[in-house]
Amino acid sequence: MTVVQPERVVRTTCPYCGVGCQMNLHIKDDLIYRVEAPFDSAPNYGNLCVKGRFGLDFTTHPRRLKQPLIRDGEGFREASWEEALTLVSKKLSQIVRDYGGDSLATYACAKATNEDNYIFQKWVRAVMKTNNVDHCARLCHAGSVTGLQLAIGSSAMSNSIAEMEHLDTFIVTGSNTTETHPVISLFLKRAVRQNGAKLIVIDPRQIELTDFATLWLRQKPGTDVAVFQAMAHVIVTEKLYDETYIGTQTEGFEDYIESLEPCTPEWAEAISGVPAEDIRQAARLYAEANQAAIYWGMGISQSTHGTDNALSLANLAMMTGNLGKAGAGLNPLRGQNNVQGCSDSGGLPNVYTAYQAVNNPAIQAKFEQAWHTNLSPDPGLTVTEMVDGALTGRIKAMIVMGENPMMSEPNLAHAQHAIEALDFMVCIDIFMNETSEYADVILPSASFAEKAGTFTNSDRRIQRIRPALPPVGESRPDWEIVCELARRMEAILGVPESAGFDYADAEAIWEEMRAVTPDFYGITYERLEREGGVHWPCPSLDHPGTPYLFEEGVPRGRGKFWPLEYGTNSELTNEEYPFHLTTGRVLFHWHGGTMTRRSKLDEAFPEPILEMHPDDAHALQLVSGDWVEVESRRGQVTCRVMVTGRSPQGTVFLPFHFVEAAANLLTLNKIDPRAKIPDFKMAAVKLRKAETPQRDGHDIPLEERGAIKEPTRYVH
Amino acid sequence: MTKTVTLTIDGDSITVPEGTTILEAARQLDKDVPVICYHDATTANGLCRVCVVDVNNGRVLQPACVAACTDKATVETRNERVERSRRTILEMLNSAVDLAEAPEIQDLMDDYSVDRERFPDAKRREHDLKDDNPFYVRDYSQCVLCWRCVQVCAEDAQYTFALTLDGRGFETHVSTAFDIALTDSPCVFCGQCIGVCPTGALKPKVEFGIQQGWSMEDIQRSTRRPRRKNITIED
Repeated sequence: MTVVQPERVVRTTCPYCGVGCQMNLHIKDDLIYRVEAPFDSAPNYGNLCVKGRFGLDFTTHPRRLKQPLIRDGEGFREASWEEALTLVSKKLSQIVRDYGGDSLATYACAKATNEDNYIFQKWVRAVMKTNNVDHCARLCHAGSVTGLQLAIGSSAMSNSIAEMEHLDTFIVTGSNTTETHPVISLFLKRAVRQNGAKLIVIDPRQIELTDFATLWLRQKPGTDVAVFQAMAHVIVTEKLYDETYIGTQTEGFEDYIESLEPCTPEWAEAISGVPAEDIRQAARLYAEANQAAIYWGMGISQSTHGTDNALSLANLAMMTGNLGKAGAGLNPLRGQNNVQGCSDSGGLPNVYTAYQAVNNPAIQAKFEQAWHTNLSPDPGLTVTEMVDGALTGRIKAMIVMGENPMMSEPNLAHAQHAIEALDFMVCIDIFMNETSEYADVILPSASFAEKAGTFTNSDRRIQRIRPALPPVGESRPDWEIVCELARRMEAILGVPESAGFDYADAEAIWEEMRAVTPDFYGITYERLEREGGVHWPCPSLDHPGTPYLFEEGVPRGRGKFWPLEYGTNSELTNEEYPFHLTTGRVLFHWHGGTMTRRSKLDEAFPEPILEMHPDDAHALQLVSGDWVEVESRRGQVTCRVMVTGRSPQGTVFLPFHFVEAAANLLTLNKIDPRAKIPDFKMAAVKLRKAETPQRDGHDIPLEERGAIKEPTRYVH
Repeated sequence: MTKTVTLTIDGDSITVPEGTTILEAARQLDKDVPVICYHDATTANGLCRVCVVDVNNGRVLQPACVAACTDKATVETRNERVERSRRTILEMLNSAVDLAEAPEIQDLMDDYSVDRERFPDAKRREHDLKDDNPFYVRDYSQCVLCWRCVQVCAEDAQYTFALTLDGRGFETHVSTAFDIALTDSPCVFCGQCIGVCPTGALKPKVEFGIQQGWSMEDIQRSTRRPRRKNITIED
């Protein structure tokens, strides 16, 4: 056979998780047939995971949206761009006039480019005069962001991915890294296996990384703060802390020590079930290392005490001086390709680009001048508040760009009531999804493979994406759609001078962004072309970028120790709801499944499975493959069970990618009071053996479906 | 201070840290030493021997990818002995393995004036195409046993250990343990193995479909219904 010759090879950035892998798309007949990773480029150095290597076929899926759709009774009808844009801009302008901009709720997009998001928030702020713009970062890392802002004044990952290989000691907690950030996990494994690094895993689930760990602390779900506090207690009583760092770089240590008094390892053992001696060992390993880093994911953040969790990790890092040097720091692993960038581009209710506060008069004046208009100094609503606002009637319309709140919001029934109460909803997306089913207008956008722009990965590295395929149907890049709407609305609302929604290309938008954002000023497309990627902050053209933060101290000035009290507001199990449900992701799928379930990835993992401990299964007389009904106080779903030691006794795990058993029908919309992040990891449920439902593939035995298998059986 | 060694390669002198391989030193001097099993991202094993060079006119040629530079050595990267050795290796490989989809090896064969019919009666390595998952196919008739896939599946990248070597001697081949389907193995389908495969032995299913001249629908169907044995389109 002859070798397939590509018609073109396009270098771009992976559209899945926050690692930001560089990839070369090999294309023939407008089909991506092979994906390779350059071996000489950060951050992935030749590696990819299944989603990047094989999961890009969603781009050419037959059900991509090709034309604008307008609601017509129960369904939708195809419409011209002109008709759809006119309708949306009229309707939104009317609502702005009648009720004011604050009656609009808008979702920016953690999957779209920085340029898309900058234009989106500019439209919301400059045309609709509201700061009600937020995105799904609220649902993933709000706890980390709030905690880290309080403690050190910056919430980005402190270390670069390139530093991981040379780690000395590190903690991974609340992150199933091998499945959620597969390529990062390779470097973590390499640090352990090739360089002898010490790994401490603190996680209730027996994730693959536990097999690489020096020490695994299996705390009961939701008791994280107790374990971290007890580690701090050990560090203080055994005088393992870094006096110089504490003295010169931090404040509040004395008060903090006092608050630690009752937090002995024995106290933590009683709460968390982790043996006191293991906590002591973990504390010593961490504190005595030359440099030690902490990596965490949703398990820390998605909690009613997510902020406390992050603060307790920050306390550990500060008291041991593990900040501001290579291989030492605090690293929340970001879940989406551009969730860092969406936040950086101003897709948050309280800040413009790069966290410039909306209520800072100097910043407000700068943006008013740049956009030729007056702006609101009042921070807007968060996504969880927007949903509540729709129910109370405060929110009249919703604009959703590329997100799927009807899969990702907690307590979906509640979210559904809220969305149904809206006067008007417009979705901009590449597919019809669970959310756009409720829309009045759906605008088709171009996918990552069809447009230019930049993504910012989890370690703040800004990288290019490039057009590789022609846009599907009449779909257009998100920023173009938003500019069209913004120009029309400005005309309807009669603004004296446009805020500027006329751009030749994505690069022109980036040029405006860097002009108003000191932290991005030194990054240009020309530089990205030459260097592959630059880590912000990068204040000048000759600045090399910043792979690790805080070398010159933390942005807050002095890091602050926050005394913490252990307590929980989470939903607890009881006799009626005896199991604790935790939710998360699997390797083959990504978030609401809008992309991965329209890809051959779905063949490898075609259905939701509930992971359950063997003792629990035995008590309920269940074996792997049995159908169960999972019910919480808010809803119920049916799926098959997988009996595995990966789950601790009393805890079941359900991935949230599957609409046929949407985990978020079960979760509750209780939030962390400071971060407003919902408690996705803690819900009380009951289980009951169920009849086999009529569902695709229900007659195929579980172990013969795709690559589904008992997750601990093959772990090495 | 790292100790250094000084040697000459094709008459050019070079000083390198002790432990540097001859291949690395030769590349610093822009000398072209061909490789097949060697890859920058994997551990070198000196398997294919196509990188052999003449060191001090010694009794045997040395594989440049693993042989360390020695002080005062005289290395020749391409003389008659080296050429004959490389040519024979390529002729033997070509006699047993389907190299049609290995353009770099084809170029090498041209460069070394290989007689492609030198061993007409040689037994060929023949394997059924393995199609057991939605993502990629394995055609071990095209495998030169460079081990790169086994290595990236293990400690050179993924730490998954789904692939291993099975059989002995001529029967040696890459396989999962007990030849189970990849979907039943620990494989996580990262495809690092495809990224380092020097021949067409491993390739994404979409690419395979294009080669076969399948229609778009057939390609999509093939990723939907993995089969265990030879690919047939009907059903």
